[in-house]
Amino acid sequence: MRATDITDPNYFHKVVDCQWACPAHTPVPEYIRLIAHGRYSDAYMINWKSNVFPGILGRTCDRPCEPACRRTRVEDETVVGARKEPVAICRLKRVAADFKDDVSGLMPRAPEVSNGRKIACIGAGPASLTVARDLAVMGYEVTLFDQNPQLGGMIRTQIPHFRLPVSVIDEEMDYITSVGNIAFKQREVDSLKAVLAEDWDAIFVGTGAPRGRDLAIPGRDAAAANIHIGIDWLSSVSFGHVDTVGKKVIVLGGGNTAMDCCRTARRLGGETVKVIVRSGFEEMKASPWEKDDAMAEDIPILNFMTPKAFHVEDGRLVGMTFETVRAEYDEKGRRSLVPTGDPDPYVECDDVLVAIGQENAFPWIERDIGLEFDARWDMPVVDRVTLQSTHPKVFFGGDAAFGPENIIWAAAHGHDAAISIHKLLEGEDLKDRPAPLMDVVSQKMGIHEWSYDNDIRVDPRFKVPHRALEESLANLSAEVELGFDPVLAFKEAQRCLNCDIQTVFAPKLCIECDACVDICPMDSITFADNGEEQDLRLRLTAPALNADQDLYIGEGLPTGRVMVKDEDVCLHCGLCAERCPTGAWDMRKYFIEMTHAGQA
Amino acid sequence: MTYLTKPKLHHPALKRNDIGFTRRDYEGAVSTLCAGCGHDSISASIVQACFELSIEPHRVAKLSGIGCSSKAPTYFLGDSHGFNTVHGRMPSVLTGANLANRELIYMGVSGDGDSASIGLGQFAHLMRRGVNMTYIVMNNGVYGLTKGQFSATADKGSVAKRGAVNNDAGIDLASLAIIMGASFVARSFSGDKGQLTPLIKAAMSHPGAAILDVVSPCVAFNNHAGSTKSYDFVRDHNAAVNRLDLIVGAEPMEADVPPGGMIEVPQVDGSNLRLRRITPDYDPSDKAGALGFIQEKAALGEVATGLLYLEPLPRDLHGALNTIPTPLNQLAEQDLCPGQAALDAINASLR
Repeated sequence: MRATDITDPNYFHKVVDCQWACPAHTPVPEYIRLIAHGRYSDAYMINWKSNVFPGILGRTCDRPCEPACRRTRVEDETVVGARKEPVAICRLKRVAADFKDDVSGLMPRAPEVSNGRKIACIGAGPASLTVARDLAVMGYEVTLFDQNPQLGGMIRTQIPHFRLPVSVIDEEMDYITSVGNIAFKQREVDSLKAVLAEDWDAIFVGTGAPRGRDLAIPGRDAAAANIHIGIDWLSSVSFGHVDTVGKKVIVLGGGNTAMDCCRTARRLGGETVKVIVRSGFEEMKASPWEKDDAMAEDIPILNFMTPKAFHVEDGRLVGMTFETVRAEYDEKGRRSLVPTGDPDPYVECDDVLVAIGQENAFPWIERDIGLEFDARWDMPVVDRVTLQSTHPKVFFGGDAAFGPENIIWAAAHGHDAAISIHKLLEGEDLKDRPAPLMDVVSQKMGIHEWSYDNDIRVDPRFKVPHRALEESLANLSAEVELGFDPVLAFKEAQRCLNCDIQTVFAPKLCIECDACVDICPMDSITFADNGEEQDLRLRLTAPALNADQDLYIGEGLPTGRVMVKDEDVCLHCGLCAERCPTGAWDMRKYFIEMTHAGQA
Repeated sequence: MTYLTKPKLHHPALKRNDIGFTRRDYEGAVSTLCAGCGHDSISASIVQACFELSIEPHRVAKLSGIGCSSKAPTYFLGDSHGFNTVHGRMPSVLTGANLANRELIYMGVSGDGDSASIGLGQFAHLMRRGVNMTYIVMNNGVYGLTKGQFSATADKGSVAKRGAVNNDAGIDLASLAIIMGASFVARSFSGDKGQLTPLIKAAMSHPGAAILDVVSPCVAFNNHAGSTKSYDFVRDHNAAVNRLDLIVGAEPMEADVPPGGMIEVPQVDGSNLRLRRITPDYDPSDKAGALGFIQEKAALGEVATGLLYLEPLPRDLHGALNTIPTPLNQLAEQDLCPGQAALDAINASLR
């Protein structure tokens, strides 16, 4: 193998698994350290810069970072005393938001004189808000349009207040609009052609995936009064148009919307609320913690049941029948649900909430304006990198771009679209993307002192305290999760392995004494004769079988061997550097931050 | 030194040996020796060897004298018996322990000062008595604890860190051990675990006095140009006679004999010592040849390493004294002290 090029920003970025997995590439270990130091405002600002909605995401994020967390690979059940769990990254983010001081003075402001460029954002959800923030700071005049009377999009309409208080939404919307040069207009856009005819330099479409899928089975029309589309129903609850539901409620669907629906139903008078899904429990799309939270509110989840018919008596919905199925997989691993032949179960109900998926809908985009649609999915053709459509002035982001995802993806799209819009208007090549900013600093403070806490904690993951169940169910807007207090937050933050403090190897200084090999608790370091990667991976102190994780190769040693470090399970404890007599190993903080519009 | 304890977490694929222990179970406290000390590598090799041999830690007794090397037993086999004795007196304490309880596996850990200066007499007598033990000398050629004066094993003409030249002849502990009657004599290098670990395994399996002279560079005081015990010097002047694989059980030799050929040495316990020849025609059972070879290499400025001398059917101290198989510490008082009648009988037989 060739020597590793550690000047490539991606190399060490990948080692920071959480940051690499985050769509917005938030510098996670950096803000977790700041939380451990009690520097909540600084931790908040790192988040705010990267993901725009720290308080909101700290409660609602889908957390792609957590399954990637190194602790899920290195924890040992017998040592930790519990199953392998990632650091509670998401809930630590909330800690930064909860305990920060007044940060308004730290927020950027738009320049006093605008640059004269006018941008329209259709839809005022997370993607559009990110575009608006990034561009307004640079002097752009941004106008947001939304059919609803307030900023926030699905953040405000689809997430129940017992998971995300209104005050948190309002606060973070304010941080964005207070940048300046951002206008909001309630307007239901029904023609893109009409918007294009207006005087905009570029248009960003962030309209989400606004159409909930319906279920066309017998009885649907007759029972219409008691069948509700999940996201529409949540939105009506959010705006106060709906405040009651029947005593017996069935929620159809296994995603996070279904979890929000069932928990909301429990608070509006639903006494027997059941979630019924076609798939198996394990294959449900909902995040595991959302399923846990639903079940904790006495909501059973029944699986492998396909809806068959709605039953109506005296003009009123009384129940549903289902078909029992089982999963079968073909040789390609594709699943099909096959009826088991058991008698069809009947479940009584007063109301049914249908949360079986969301779709994009662009009836308001004319098909003759030079904006190409994919023939198969009827989705706009959008570039994955630039987020530009085939109409050069129109960009897409969030769920509107590639179908339903989540808030953190919307923020990532927003940043990328803002870069593209700026490049377009500067006459630059949109494909030429800015490299991330990278800062490399040794953490050595003394012979055996480092500026980070390198003692590895073996505590199992700490649980976020919850409000008592009766109290939660009695109040639609009482937040269920109470958040970590500073003491718990500190303990949880100390579980972070500081994966951004990198082991950096200088072959010229190495005398091959083996001290690092001997001390490494994870057997990550080997000095070996070079070879092809597949061969080398099997010849190490511990075989490196996780091919997703790189081998770090150091060349130029006195014996002609190479230093091979398997990045997979390194604890970043720095003992290799502590035991190194010549300083060939050093622990260096790689602070990697995505470049946003105008920073390049 | 390192202030942290080594994290308890370990590689998820960490193996267990036949008796259910991982290699980590054979570790000791975190080393307080200087970073990069060769002794730490030897400790790691001992850990690896005991793991591979599936030795129960409580069946090992590690004894040492005084010095950097003699601190080292704290850093491996944390669950074994340990005795930090008086300077240079490890051999006599170990001999006593071995006589009292012959069932333990004895490991003596010493340095060039402890063995070749103050303890030279004890070293010689331990070898000639054939005490069943593994004697590991962590040999760096300097007094590290007192900041780098030459020790008795420093080669004549080698240069100290501050420029002084050694005018005294160096003591070669391997040659001395052969002459004194050790039945297993090997030399190795802390920077070559591939050679060292199997030698430790073989030495620990050897039923007699086994000595391993391990060149172990002192990074703080003896790892410079002009030193003959530095990483660079030993790597450049290492004349390995053989590589050793220890085969436990009497498994047949594999078909793929390496180019230099193989020597297979059956052991009394039924296991085989298998030597992969590097130096053609080197016969480790030829005592005079071994001594000659070491001298020839030394004259060329090279360090002969590998299994230098092996007596295939050794006899140990217990054999020579004809002691009973039961360890003395397990005998009851009436066995150990059979009374006046027995004493009278002995005295009568001597009149």
